Amino acid sequence: MTSGFYTAPSNHRGIFAWIFSTDHKRIGLLYGTSLFTFFLVGMSLGLLMRAKLIAPGVHFISAQTYNSVFTLHGVIMIFLFIIPGIPAVLGNFLLPLQIGARDVAFPRINLLSWWFYISGAACALTSLFTGGGPPDTGWTFYVPYSIRTGTNVSLAVFGVFLLGMSSTLTGLNFLTTIHRLRAPGMKWKRLPLFVWSLYATGWVQLLATPILAITLLLIIVERFFGVGFFDPAKGGDPILFEHLFWIYSHPAVYIMILPGMGVVTEIIPVFSRRSIFGYTAIALSSLGIAFFGYLVWGHHMFTSGMSDESRMIFSLLTFLVAIPSGIKVFNWVASFYKGSIEVRAPLLFTLAFIFLFSIGGLTGLVQGALATNVQVHGTYFIVAHFHYVMFGGTAFAFFAGIYYWFPKITGRMYREGVAKTAWFLLFVGFNTLYFPMFVLGWEGMPRRYYDYLPQFALPNLISTIGSWILASGIILMAVNLIRSARSGEAAGNNPWGGTTLEWHTSSPPPAENFETVPVVTTGPYEYS
Amino acid sequence: MTDAPIHSEHKDYIGSKLGMWFFLFTEIILFGGLFLLYSVYRSLHHDDFHRAATELSVFIGTVNTVILITSSLTVALAINAIKQDRRASAAVLLGVTIALGLLFLVNKYFEWTGHIHEGIYPDSPELLAKSHGTILFYGLYYVMTGLHGIHVIAGMAVLAGVLVMVLRGTVNGKDYVKLENSGLFWHLVDLIWIYLFPLFYLIT
Ligand code: HEM
Repeated sequence: MTSGFYTAPSNHRGIFAWIFSTDHKRIGLLYGTSLFTFFLVGMSLGLLMRAKLIAPGVHFISAQTYNSVFTLHGVIMIFLFIIPGIPAVLGNFLLPLQIGARDVAFPRINLLSWWFYISGAACALTSLFTGGGPPDTGWTFYVPYSIRTGTNVSLAVFGVFLLGMSSTLTGLNFLTTIHRLRAPGMKWKRLPLFVWSLYATGWVQLLATPILAITLLLIIVERFFGVGFFDPAKGGDPILFEHLFWIYSHPAVYIMILPGMGVVTEIIPVFSRRSIFGYTAIALSSLGIAFFGYLVWGHHMFTSGMSDESRMIFSLLTFLVAIPSGIKVFNWVASFYKGSIEVRAPLLFTLAFIFLFSIGGLTGLVQGALATNVQVHGTYFIVAHFHYVMFGGTAFAFFAGIYYWFPKITGRMYREGVAKTAWFLLFVGFNTLYFPMFVLGWEGMPRRYYDYLPQFALPNLISTIGSWILASGIILMAVNLIRSARSGEAAGNNPWGGTTLEWHTSSPPPAENFETVPVVTTGPYEYS
Repeated sequence: MTDAPIHSEHKDYIGSKLGMWFFLFTEIILFGGLFLLYSVYRSLHHDDFHRAATELSVFIGTVNTVILITSSLTVALAINAIKQDRRASAAVLLGVTIALGLLFLVNKYFEWTGHIHEGIYPDSPELLAKSHGTILFYGLYYVMTGLHGIHVIAGMAVLAGVLVMVLRGTVNGKDYVKLENSGLFWHLVDLIWIYLFPLFYLIT
């Protein structure tokens, strides 16, 4: 890391040249380091929960502590890791490069959104040590408990509010960038599909996050002024809170997954040396998912109290989301057909993504169907499902993207053998950790419990062992990446033979991205 | 709005305005959550809302509506003035807009304190003794006009910043997109009030 934008002159020194930089590449890496630090914290909390659950009746942390631990784990993983996730790190770094721009449309707002992010994180973490102790509501902050509990919910909620602002501003920035800063000749139908996925995500970030903002503000208002919107004693309705919460938080699921789908769509053509199958269908299905994603929030509330008509409508709409998702999966698989496939770490993660995401997606349908939903609602089945989509889906795609663009970002190559070993540990560990949870949930073990009946002992033990395998994979991967960033072999500008614009500039890219502004004359994946 | 990609990173007016419009969408949705609560609770407690609304002062509400609409006019005139490079009049018009915003807040202050003196505020014993619909009506009243009031203050701060730039000449006849964008924001603040006014004062 001794060339390109890393050595660009700056008015600031040391760390200040990063935290006050408006260069989208530096901001992307700022997000990257902060995000992965929080991921490691979240992972440690996850390991702690799994250790607690290794056998029934093991009590080295109290029930109250357990409540705080899963709340914190959820808040960190959702709001600090997976929602900013791919857009804030890879999107920031690559979006301008992929469309042939020098930076995003509003570089200073981009920096501001990182500051919102880090302040939000600071609030969330301060809430642990101040006030009435760490929040214990679960990451969903459901009323009435979140209004009554004496723990420090207000500060944590305010932190999440700031994180929401950060996410909204990123979406706003990306949308404007894609509309305004495409290089000459970069028509909409020549955009790389990762850019399309960021575009769809941008709209969701823009149009859904404000609902979260107002909902969180209302929790704070309720706590301080007792207005009573959600308090039945004053005529309010707690279920309305759930509606507002999921009107944001279900679309947020697509904020998490769409960019991940975009990443794997970039990787597949490169490693099978073949143009992507069904470009238009993939681009439009992103928009389709974003659109339908708005209309299905009710499926989180099938057991909360809703008329049968609305339940059936929400259930039907939920099934409809499976169509654009299915279109993508089939297009990916079809793209391999007759390709010249080269199995490198990014591709392994991509394949794992397709496999794990399909399991997550299909079990989603189990919950989308009304009859089975009643059986699995609030059980470990849900915990398994959302880890399969968020971790097995988005986070695996994120890792795939990190390996894929690692040579572009650092100018060096990671160690392939170590990367594959780490992948193997992750994949095996992941399934050992989460698959037993499907079984547990089906048999009726409730989520968010700090202890369980003896008949659930074996799957829980297997699951805990899985968490150790998984964690060792993560650590191996982190060590490999950090060491290779310092001392890996020089990678050259285009080690994979990629065709999108970011591979046409040097690695790492210069501060201005391109020596001369590129002129685009063909589509993104022209392999003959 | 044209969609032709451009490639100068320095001044992209269309880009700035596009960004501003995106931001305005988020504001509308932020308030949208509250409008949603309003419509649900209104349909559940129709009569209570009806009765409670008669207790708000239509007079103050109307005055404030007129004030805000006038301020939208003055900010539009300010934009017109800056387009013709008449910086002095633009500055004066901006000053008037800010003053009108202040006037609006003063009225609002008297209105709120009036209710508070009568013991009508969230969680007050007097209010809790009333029907559920009334509690919710006043809850919505305070939260929605309160959030709107915060936006008025923010708008005034933004306009004051632009005013300084006009005086310094950094916002001028050639480069006035900052003024246009703050004007857009101010119109939005106005527009939201145009909805709040009938919902709380007029539909009785
Ligand atoms: C790194 C290894 C991880 C482990 C060992 C782990 C473990 C767990 C366990 C055991 C629970 C269930 C707690 C309970 O219901 O009692 C849980 C909940 C949860 N996890 Fe993870 N997890 C990990 C990674 C992740 C990731 C990557 C994400 C998101 C991207 C995530 C998001 C969540 C969420 C949202 C909850 C629900 C919290 C709540 O109920 O409020 N986890 N996790």
